[in-house]
Amino acid sequence: MRSDLFAVLCVVVGGAVFAAVLALGNDYYFFAGYVVLQYVVLSTAWNILGGYCGYVNFGSAAFFALGAYATVAMHRLDPMPIPVVVILGGVVSGVVGFGMGYLTLRLRGAFFAIATLALAVVLQTLIVNWGYVGGSRGAYVVRPETIAPFGSYIRYLFLIMMLLAVGAVTAARAVERSRLGYGFATIRDDELAAEASGVPTLRLKLIATTISGALMGMAGAPFPYYIGFLQPSSAFGLDYTVNSIAMPLIGGTTSWVGPLIGAVLLGSLQQVATVTISSAVNLLIVGFLLVGFVIVAPNGIIGLARTYIQHRPVEELGRRRLDVDAHGSAPGSTS
Amino acid sequence: MIFSFDLLINAVVSGILIGAFYAAVTAGMSLSFGILDIVNIAHPAFIILGSYIAYIVNVTFGLDPIITSIIVLPAFYALGAGIYQVYYVSFEKRGQESLRGLAFFFGLLFITEVTLVLYFGVDYRYVDAPYIGPTWHPGDLDIPLRILVPCLVSLLLIAVLQLILSRSFIGRAIMAVAQDQLALRLLAVDPIRIKRIAFGISIATASLAGAFLIIIQPVEPSVGREYIGRVFAICVLGGMGSLPGTVIAAMLIGVVESLTATFYGPSWAPAVSFGFLLLTLAVRPAGLLGR
Amino acid sequence: MTALLAVDNLSKRFGGFVALDGISLSVRAGERIGLIGPNGSGKSTLVNCICGTLQNEAGSVRFEGHLLDGSTAHQRTRRGLARTFQLPRPFASLNLVDNLRIPLLYAVAARGARRAVPDIEARCIALLREVDLDGKARRLPRELTQVEMRKLELARAMAAEPKLLIADESMAGLTHSEVEEILALLERLNAQGVTVILIEHIMRAVMSFSQRLVVLVSGRKIADGEPNTVVRDPDVERAYLGQ
Repeated sequence: MRSDLFAVLCVVVGGAVFAAVLALGNDYYFFAGYVVLQYVVLSTAWNILGGYCGYVNFGSAAFFALGAYATVAMHRLDPMPIPVVVILGGVVSGVVGFGMGYLTLRLRGAFFAIATLALAVVLQTLIVNWGYVGGSRGAYVVRPETIAPFGSYIRYLFLIMMLLAVGAVTAARAVERSRLGYGFATIRDDELAAEASGVPTLRLKLIATTISGALMGMAGAPFPYYIGFLQPSSAFGLDYTVNSIAMPLIGGTTSWVGPLIGAVLLGSLQQVATVTISSAVNLLIVGFLLVGFVIVAPNGIIGLARTYIQHRPVEELGRRRLDVDAHGSAPGSTS
Repeated sequence: MIFSFDLLINAVVSGILIGAFYAAVTAGMSLSFGILDIVNIAHPAFIILGSYIAYIVNVTFGLDPIITSIIVLPAFYALGAGIYQVYYVSFEKRGQESLRGLAFFFGLLFITEVTLVLYFGVDYRYVDAPYIGPTWHPGDLDIPLRILVPCLVSLLLIAVLQLILSRSFIGRAIMAVAQDQLALRLLAVDPIRIKRIAFGISIATASLAGAFLIIIQPVEPSVGREYIGRVFAICVLGGMGSLPGTVIAAMLIGVVESLTATFYGPSWAPAVSFGFLLLTLAVRPAGLLGR
Repeated sequence: MTALLAVDNLSKRFGGFVALDGISLSVRAGERIGLIGPNGSGKSTLVNCICGTLQNEAGSVRFEGHLLDGSTAHQRTRRGLARTFQLPRPFASLNLVDNLRIPLLYAVAARGARRAVPDIEARCIALLREVDLDGKARRLPRELTQVEMRKLELARAMAAEPKLLIADESMAGLTHSEVEEILALLERLNAQGVTVILIEHIMRAVMSFSQRLVVLVSGRKIADGEPNTVVRDPDVERAYLGQ
């Protein structure tokens, strides 16, 4: 199916979901649904770098928070309509993603992951010390009560996030099927052989980090309006990092379907758990599911579905080597 | 910024002492990450676990934390060996350690943290011991004993570890397994068993490091995450697996952190170690005493 | 006539260990070169330095007159260098057709002759047919036998439409007839104008294939000439029999 047809189909589905939630008659479902859709964007974004290319990013929260703080900074200067700040958030996080990639993508596997973690903490420290956006005291962002023609503001936010989710999923799918997608797969499978086959691995990896970062920033941009009071500890929260990794791994990393399934299932589960049990137990559940799936079902729910349908075990796809080659350099060194 | 020589000297000295402690914290990582290439990002979580165990025993029985940590050493060793076995079977054997192995340890990290939060809450916990409180004043210096004692025992721990690695058969087998597994097999030594022992030792050091930690500062579950950056920064800077390098790197980071906190304020401290890490990775991935 | 590949005084060390010590080699277009040497003599390191997987510390590598030093492996492949790996490194999550598609999409397309997708598909299948793997076109590499993996490795290098192909021990562990198959393939390739450097331990294959034989021992080139002359060289005999 061509990408534009797919996008139209998604919009139709999205519209149907919106109408269904509207019919439930309680705005609470929009609040909960917003979070789930946010995770669809975050997981899909993470998966472009993590699942397609095999580079684990531990700094998702930082890109998300940058989008949120770009909104706050803009709001203080000159409040803009949300679609504008979404693009702004995307640009800011995309640029940072590119920069991070430039600094760290010559590093192999584990070192890259650690570097992303380091970057996230450095960014958080910078924001905490930046008084203009409120620093550690936090920042208030007042949102209007209602907005025509949607009624309550949360419905507008929900719709924005729905559009972002549709955009992210369509983009991921388009990438997967393009020349770029093939290139990403070779980076994941065997970066050395990819280079030898003519794939410009560094350039592709930079594209991946930029797109991934930009999408995460866009997901974060409306957040200050959603939450009303933004603090670094919540914007840079562990749950964004954890979920953006767990959801694709549980859903399945090799295609755009995985993060979507992971986000919808796990996201909804967490919304239920937060209300019925507690939010700490929430994270514990995610932790156990992550560890469990990674050990038992490495290909996620998609993998399990394929095994079930094809009646034979599907061996792990996307094997990545940590070593360079038989005579190669140690991990982490430049070649 | 008020500059005073006394302040400077004290900052440097306390930085060196804390650095020794950081080295003990990182020693386990030097073993698992530096030598065995296992990215155990959950190492700080085991240290916090050690802190809490020392805390419970101290509060219930009044036992010294360091003594406690030595007593539970075998349990931590067994835990490490068990975790390595799962890691090996699920990931190393299948060649999945890059993405899924990492995710596995990440999962362990916050499962541990969240479980501790659920059990103990987010209040800071601290221990009581005769050397916590008094300060030694050699000349114009102020050296709190609660920092000096763990520092000295840390250096002892590292010395013992270095001896084990260089003199004992197991130690040399561990160094060998990092370089040539096939050769080990030809000597009828099972590399998997050696790695299991090494990882067990790595986690065992966390028990001790945890005791040191809760002597030096009050502990709550998320403290572990601060240490992830420090530990990796020291490990990489120190040359990935070189214990002497680890000590030097740890003291360097300790001093820089101390100076930053003294003259710029403590809110910048987390950025120091993580910033160091980024710099090292960008400029010289082989560290100071490179491999 | 300028050399297609000119390696000049190339050196490479790993820490204190000198892997390559001042290697000079000149390859003309259309030649069939055999490269032999004991294990650990630096053959694969030489290939890695020529192809950009490793960067040499001293000396230079020129391809068609252009200096290659500092350029990445993928840039060298785009210029027309291709190699196989000693241990086959297929793209495990892609089927055979897609494995061959990669060099066509990335190396060949970058040379300006960007082809529409149907063309590429046909070209991949044709290449697979040349190595007798078209029957398994939609399968994954893990379903291949050792021999088939080596043939895939060669096919993937061929898919990059190289001017110079370095085949690194493509015949290790193969039976007599399988070796003949690969040799025939390489000879066909050479007849089409591709320069081939064959790195092998199987002497009869190297002898029958090579117009010129180069011998590497402990990182140094100790012989370079007509195959029959080289094998009778006392230094070469000592290298293989003496130690």
